[in-house]
Amino acid sequence: MLELQNLYFQVPSDTGATKEIIHDLSLTFDDHTFIAITGPNGGGKSTLAKLIMGIEKPTSGKILFNGQDITDLSITERANLGISFAFQQPVRFKGIKVKDLIALAAGKDVKNPNTCDYLSKVGLCARDYINRDIDASLSGGELKRIEIASIIARNTPLSVFDEPEAGIDLWSFNNLIKVFEEMHEGSDNSLIIISHQERILNIADEIVVVADGTVKARGRKDDILPELLKGTEGCRFYQ
Amino acid sequence: MDAIQKNLLEQVAGLHEMPSGAYNIRANGQSVARSTSAHIDIVTKEDKQGIDIIIKPGTKNESVHIPVELSQSGLTDIVYNDFYGGDDCNVTIIAGCGIHNGGDKDSKHDGIHSFFIGKNSHVKYVEKHYGSGDGKGERIMNPETVVELGENSFMEMETVQIKGVDSTKRKTSAKLADGAKLVVTEKLMTHGSQYAETSFHVDLDGEGSSANVISRSVARDDSKQFFFSKINGNNKCAGHSECDGIIMDNAKISALPEITANHLEASLIHEAAIGKIAGEQITKLMTLGLTEEEAEAQIINGFLK
Ligand SMILES: Nc1ncnc2c1ncn2[C@@H]1O[C@H](COP(=O)(O)OP(=O)(O)OP(=O)(O)O)[C@@H](O)[C@H]1O
Ligand SMILES: [Mg+2]
Repeated sequence: MLELQNLYFQVPSDTGATKEIIHDLSLTFDDHTFIAITGPNGGGKSTLAKLIMGIEKPTSGKILFNGQDITDLSITERANLGISFAFQQPVRFKGIKVKDLIALAAGKDVKNPNTCDYLSKVGLCARDYINRDIDASLSGGELKRIEIASIIARNTPLSVFDEPEAGIDLWSFNNLIKVFEEMHEGSDNSLIIISHQERILNIADEIVVVADGTVKARGRKDDILPELLKGTEGCRFYQ
Repeated sequence: MDAIQKNLLEQVAGLHEMPSGAYNIRANGQSVARSTSAHIDIVTKEDKQGIDIIIKPGTKNESVHIPVELSQSGLTDIVYNDFYGGDDCNVTIIAGCGIHNGGDKDSKHDGIHSFFIGKNSHVKYVEKHYGSGDGKGERIMNPETVVELGENSFMEMETVQIKGVDSTKRKTSAKLADGAKLVVTEKLMTHGSQYAETSFHVDLDGEGSSANVISRSVARDDSKQFFFSKINGNNKCAGHSECDGIIMDNAKISALPEITANHLEASLIHEAAIGKIAGEQITKLMTLGLTEEEAEAQIINGFLK
């Protein structure tokens, strides 16, 4: 369903030279898969997610979605083709309410989106939240959960989550695992979840290790996890 | 009343028909309809244009509508409306001005509203400004609001001007007695080559008095806005002002806040933030399938709601 071909992403650095953040990265994702992406901080995971969503454009390389070349498509066009992205750091708005955001996410065709259901899935008591502004008054964890609820509401063929577990408390974390399992089992949609959490890596079909801007390893959890769990010191992926 | 006049009334006062309760409707410089209630009297001023609105002590849950509309091009209307509110009242006052200028001469309305509020009262004051018409003549409004709040009284003031006013200079001043509280929320949007200036002067004279002045504005095209605020803490009090502005295109916004603590127990805060719409906000809404223009409209709408 998604194919990344020889992606490079460079930005100008302070010294005037260019800095390479993604280096010759190629990956293919099949239909109806659940892939976890992990790797060290600064390895390029969020950048990769932004390249998929179109928030950043690659310096070179190609991105195909269901066979269509989407490299030059805008964020809006990709969203309408069926790609969703939950930000690592969700955005705050003055004057946009939780229910407004969920309604926008659910799309114009959904008359009465089941806002309450989406919110309770991520462990928020809907009544207390639907009329709140998505502004500085929400805690980090609340904001993160609303972000996840909005992606559930979108219900697109591909959803990319960037560290969804960050800032979420332990109790909700168990529910979150269930949410991802449901999303995966209950539909033909594909999931890409960027995570540092063993329990998320555990429920994925496959794990991809991204470091130094490229794919260091990919495989079933039984092959990848033991190596990762040795700790970064001896981990061959993190060299 | 013709269709244009009816539309103006609907825009500024949300009125489809004659309101219930006390009202005074002013059209093209004249009072055209009036009604009083058992507790609220409206009297025409003898020495100048305008009315006195007298609210008896103990008046509860009543409203007063005093909309003004100008549809005759080239008219300058200056009006003085004075509110005398007794103790222990709870009233809502809905004012507002609509100008339709289909001609080439400037139309101008200057409304000076003074509030003398007694003790333990709660007053909600809503004021909307609106302009329409495609004549070359400008639509000008210079509203002035003067507030004297008695002990433990609370006034909420909401002002909205989001369409069609070419030039506005808005002045609000308030003096607060012990325990009095003032909350002002202002929503402003300018476009084209419009100019808007708003200035607040609040004297927190009473012990335990507080004021919160919140201005949210959007300036687009070549429009310009100035925000001045001056809060003097003359007693143990709390004052907060906040100017939040979004600029687009070639627009300009200036904010000039002044806070002065004249008392050791005065606690005063000012916050101002002016800038374009945060790029990541647009990006986020685009990831939900909105176009850049739709995202922008959604953000502005929410911000001014
Ligand atoms: N626009 C940019 N300009 C300069 N450097 C950037 C830019 N975007 C990302 N980087 C750098 O690229 C590297 C990869 O960043 P990225 O956010 O993709 O990492 P990550 O794998 O998501 O890390 P984490 O696990 O901490 O979230 C980092 O060193 C980061 O500082
Ligand atoms: Mg990241």
